[in-house]
Amino acid sequence: MLRRNALELWVGLFVAAGIAALAMLAFKVGNLTTADVDGAYRVTAQFDNIGGLKVKAPITLAGVRVGRVARITLDKERFRATVEMQIDGRYNNLPTDSSASILTSGLLGDQYIGIEPGGADENLKDGEAFQTTASAIVLEKLIGQVLFGKASEMNENSNKGNGKK
Amino acid sequence: MNGMVRTLGRVVVEGIERLGRAGLFIFDVVRGTAELRSRFGLVVQQIYAVGVLTLLIILVSGLFVGMVLGLQGYNTLVKFGSANSLGLLVALSLVRELGPVVTALLFAGRAGSALTAEIGLMKATEQLAGMEMMAVNPITRVIAPRFIAGVVAMPLLAALFSAIGVLGGHLVGVGLLGVDAGPFWSQMQAGVDFYGDIMNGVIKSTVFGLVCSGIAVFEGYDAVPTSEGVARATNRTVVYSSLAVLGLDFVLTALTLGEV
Repeated sequence: MLRRNALELWVGLFVAAGIAALAMLAFKVGNLTTADVDGAYRVTAQFDNIGGLKVKAPITLAGVRVGRVARITLDKERFRATVEMQIDGRYNNLPTDSSASILTSGLLGDQYIGIEPGGADENLKDGEAFQTTASAIVLEKLIGQVLFGKASEMNENSNKGNGKK
Repeated sequence: MNGMVRTLGRVVVEGIERLGRAGLFIFDVVRGTAELRSRFGLVVQQIYAVGVLTLLIILVSGLFVGMVLGLQGYNTLVKFGSANSLGLLVALSLVRELGPVVTALLFAGRAGSALTAEIGLMKATEQLAGMEMMAVNPITRVIAPRFIAGVVAMPLLAALFSAIGVLGGHLVGVGLLGVDAGPFWSQMQAGVDFYGDIMNGVIKSTVFGLVCSGIAVFEGYDAVPTSEGVARATNRTVVYSSLAVLGLDFVLTALTLGEV
């Protein structure tokens, strides 16, 4: 058996290494990092359809992440989705006529909100809302439209054919 | 015919008796752990035997499991053009499943069998009986520290396994196959949830620690006190622990994923 001091040293090292591994998992692998949006302010936007947008989805401007989606609720009177966004306090000069649209990263990727800055002199303040928004593109609807278009085209063609006869 | 039915009955009755003995024994051990507060040194000694001496096999297998995951995952993901998700794949498979399960299987093989053999041999050489003669309760003096040490060591070992596995995946994915280090880590951080994934792994490995060391100390204590009996008990420890770990893993995964 090892001498007592050496033994305790080894056990101490083992426990410390285990806790360090857990900490590494928590901070480096997991998302238990401190809020990555500092001095955030909240703005809202209403969309007809948010598609698969989720809370914590990124908000980007020119491709750079400036905030995260904080909350998604349904406006019961107008039947539109209200998305609350937390935007980093460093980017507090978004013009009031900026627009927010829901975009998809890649063909099958996650959805996020992209902001197009406008040209107004006034800036969006805490609690204000985006006036112009663009909803998510729902793939099924798009396919439906294409099919519908094709179907009516074919109908017209066959009607023409009938007419000639 | 008569004999066969009697054999069947004997097997069932003996099985139920053993289960009852195991239940009472575990109850005694848990009660015995309450008296360990004043004798913490005993636990430290056993954490050395159960934890520190298992460290090498855990670290080496963790590294290689991570590296294999990196290699395999890359070849599959690259077909779909999403090789950047490699970090997420490696981290989630390690933290949720492979870390706790493989650690528990290795633990049953390395530490559990050693515990059973040690306790069984103590019984065979009448050391346990000797302690009782000296009015020392062998359950609090011998069994409880080993049990607690296993329960403490297991989550730490599983965390080390997962952590070094992620590093192994990084080594192969970023170092060898040329995945970009930025998305490797950022997708991992975006996709791994602390409470849902990492704490789930910690809970799993704690449960496995309870089960593995419980089976190991019971098999040792219940062994037939001959050299053959100890060999059989050691064998049973590894088999029962492995089966229990794999079965419980399914139950725990179903429980935690089911509510989402």
